Amino acid sequence: MTRRMPLYVVAIAAIIFLMGMAPGRVHQSAAVTAFGRLPVLSEGRFKPLDTVARSTLLVLQGHQDVMTSDKRELTSDEWLLDVLFAPEKADGYPIFYIDNPDLLTLVGKNEVNLAIERLSFNEIAPHSQEIEAQEKLAEPVEAQNRTRFQSSVVQLYGNLSHYLRLRRAILPDGSKDFLGELLKLQENLVDGVEAVRAKEEGKPHDEAKAAAMLAEGQKFVAMSESTDLLAIPPDEGDDPSAWHNSGHALLETFGKGEVNPAVLAYAGMAFAWQGNDTERFQHIVGLYQSSLDKHFPKQVEKARIETIFNAAQPFYAGMWMYLGAFLFAALSWIKWPEAARRTSFGLVGLGWIIATLGIATRMWLEGRPPVTNLYSSAIFIGWGSVGLCLILEAVYKNAIGTAAAGMIGFATLIIAQHLALAGDTLEMMRAVLDSNFWLGTHVVVVTIGYASTFLAGVLAVIYILRGIFTTTLDKATADALARMVYGIVCFATLFSFVGTTLGGIWADQSWGRFWGWDPKENGALIIVVWNALILHARWAGLVKQRGLMCLAVFGNIVTSWSWFGTNMLGIGLHSYGFTDAAFWWLTAFVLSQIALIAIANLPLEKWRSFRA
Amino acid sequence: MNDTLKQARSLFVSLRLTVVLLALSIVLIFWATLDQVNLGVWAVQHKFFHSFFVTAKIGGVAFPVFPGGYLIGGLLLVNLVAGHLYRFKMGWRKAGIWIAHLGLILLLVGELVSGLMQKDYQMRIDEGETKNYAESSRQNEFAIINATDPNLDEVTAIPESLLSRGTVVQNPSLPFRVVPKAYYPNSTLQMRSQVPNAPPSLATSGMGPMLAVTPLEVTYKEDERNVPAAFVELVGPDGTLGTWVVSPLLGNPQKFDFAGKTWKLVMRPKRIYEPYSLTLEKFSHDLYPGTDIPKNFSSRIRINPADGSPSRDVLIYMNNPLRYAGLTYYQQSFDNNDHTTILEVVRNPSWLAPYIACGAITLGLVIQFLIHLWGFARRRTA
Repeated sequence: MTRRMPLYVVAIAAIIFLMGMAPGRVHQSAAVTAFGRLPVLSEGRFKPLDTVARSTLLVLQGHQDVMTSDKRELTSDEWLLDVLFAPEKADGYPIFYIDNPDLLTLVGKNEVNLAIERLSFNEIAPHSQEIEAQEKLAEPVEAQNRTRFQSSVVQLYGNLSHYLRLRRAILPDGSKDFLGELLKLQENLVDGVEAVRAKEEGKPHDEAKAAAMLAEGQKFVAMSESTDLLAIPPDEGDDPSAWHNSGHALLETFGKGEVNPAVLAYAGMAFAWQGNDTERFQHIVGLYQSSLDKHFPKQVEKARIETIFNAAQPFYAGMWMYLGAFLFAALSWIKWPEAARRTSFGLVGLGWIIATLGIATRMWLEGRPPVTNLYSSAIFIGWGSVGLCLILEAVYKNAIGTAAAGMIGFATLIIAQHLALAGDTLEMMRAVLDSNFWLGTHVVVVTIGYASTFLAGVLAVIYILRGIFTTTLDKATADALARMVYGIVCFATLFSFVGTTLGGIWADQSWGRFWGWDPKENGALIIVVWNALILHARWAGLVKQRGLMCLAVFGNIVTSWSWFGTNMLGIGLHSYGFTDAAFWWLTAFVLSQIALIAIANLPLEKWRSFRA
Repeated sequence: MNDTLKQARSLFVSLRLTVVLLALSIVLIFWATLDQVNLGVWAVQHKFFHSFFVTAKIGGVAFPVFPGGYLIGGLLLVNLVAGHLYRFKMGWRKAGIWIAHLGLILLLVGELVSGLMQKDYQMRIDEGETKNYAESSRQNEFAIINATDPNLDEVTAIPESLLSRGTVVQNPSLPFRVVPKAYYPNSTLQMRSQVPNAPPSLATSGMGPMLAVTPLEVTYKEDERNVPAAFVELVGPDGTLGTWVVSPLLGNPQKFDFAGKTWKLVMRPKRIYEPYSLTLEKFSHDLYPGTDIPKNFSSRIRINPADGSPSRDVLIYMNNPLRYAGLTYYQQSFDNNDHTTILEVVRNPSWLAPYIACGAITLGLVIQFLIHLWGFARRRTA
């Protein structure tokens, strides 16, 4: 029975993952899924509405599904449909996550009901004036100097306006029957425009018609200024990247003499959605989709793939596989050494293949090398470490490689999950970073340097924990671990050095100095020097096996400082993305590593494995 | 060889010293990184890296508290060279280590040279404008211009450092002595009418009597710059000509006539003149559609060579600088509603050193890594 364990476990994991991608599994109708696939231009790139919905929900409330106050569960696409087309419903969904007690008090909570942390727009709206006033006070304070209340209020204000910009993306504020209004506009267009023209030239005109037409124009101007979602494609023959928002497209009605057909299509969808007319909704989405197919086949295809990618959640699936792999690796040291080890190896392999496919899909969608921001660096560090672990395991076959893979893979993907809360993770690159060559060389190599330094540290953690708390660290395993750590530190020295100097060369190419003592550069340099220090300390005989392990564990601190700590200083060219919570996690991590080094220095008689 | 010398030798060639120096350098870099929050990157470089000791002021006196970049780097260099000379053995096994360390020596020396020799300037050019000089972004100079000939300016430039030390300047091209009376490294200028209780001005001529000069704290922030101001008295053979206020804030030069000539006084960013000139033909600044995220900045520049050979056009943009006549021009910033480009101009004679050094170190490490891997694989198959 145990002989087949690897096969069964890996097969079950693969089936669960594949079911996630299957179209029928998501609890939403095919029409809603088709709507989610429609491409729009947002934050500088083409993406499906599904991504807009998911990344907005992550920013607002930290996860992708919505639970209404009457305990109905909505998918992100259904939520987006309500926001766009039935805002009076959407305003009642509790999606604004607030965890600061002072801010909760500001929006009307008191001691009795302070625990509720997700609020709806309707609940917050009556307090919008106080929120705006507090935001105005907090906003001028530099981000890293804000109190928790100040950051929370700035964040809430940003989230509210994010929500409102989305709510006003297609329909004007307070519109009851947008399709009817547009059809009426189309009908009166010729007379109305004529009346306005006559009025401007001071000729006799129908005042009512002119006033109605001017009012429409003003409404469209307001619409065009209140959203940044560019959902309406350009006309044939125009610049294919010049998409408009719906207000802007409607303003062109007066010049062109007809209402933009794409806006009409969206108005039709709104009408059908409001009337719960699923059949008509599906029909209109289908018609609009096929018209896009003709003129924007590439964008439609990318949007389709991205929607599948979103639903598959490869990194989330990989995270659980790595965790499973770690548990099986640990199991193999206690029972079923061969079967559990091979199961663990199989799970790591499957998780790694899925992560590889996920990274490849992201690269194809973005047209960029794998690492472009903090989020993708977390994924890639995990991918690189796990890849190295697979090699180690293939060579040593002692479940240490897969245990390390499980730990690092799981940890990096958890970190990535939290970094994704900042919004769309396929964001555009700022001009200074816009170089695929350097992103592909410097960033990839230096990230592998980080990954391998972490790997050496994690192997050392396994050595220390197994040696002190279990009796499983026999001489052969201990020597094997020491060789692994030494080899990985050599590898890390090479990659962190090459990566860091490639960064220097990039800096010389774009800013005119090879080295500028920027915090992130310094962080990378410290990793290089630390790895060099470990090697020289060993060559000099200053450390033996246990000392090597302690130095490698300290490498975890050095690397995490460079990865996250340098961003927290809020200075320099690389200071992107910083969250308050990350500071506490980093501190906790550093303390845990120091504690490990401390217990590693217990006399050897206290190590359970080495007690004679 | 006597014992002391032997001890010194074994200290300088030892790997223990290497490890200690590496550990010290990590502390130094980490400390310097944290201190950037207070001092900014420029002051940090001088305090920590371009110094033999990091000093701390205790009771107003500067004490050395930690070895600085020059000391650690210098000792590493000595340790590296001594160690290799002492332990030198021919053979392939250490070939990678040798090449890598040779590269490291070149890297350390190259960085020392560039730390000492690198100069950076800025060049602001409006669209259509032609310029033959770049300006320092940190240093200023006090320029006295003989503008008698409308076609030719004869410039005598006095560096800011002389003004700050109060050095009296007498120069054969000037018919008067320059006597600095007061100097403020950072300041602001206001109209006297706006500052009713300002102390009486030292100035007697030009704009000075109308202005109030308020000294400010020196700033180290990256996005701010210090604006110096100075009171300067000019003394001719027959006595004083008056005292002027000069500051880069004043913009236009102050004019006066003396000894039958027209003179202009101005304090401005220090300039370096080049024999050739550059013309900005067009600056472009693209955004991603529907956002404020910059996609690209670029400057189309015409180079007008010194020897009168035909001019040529180049495009400077992100990650694509212009290297010309020993200087490198980088797209740094822009201004004036996208009609002015700001180029960073760097003179760094050792710019090639890190390229060669990094190539050598990488090659060395790869060789060594492969030697290890080869040995490891052979042992496992054996």
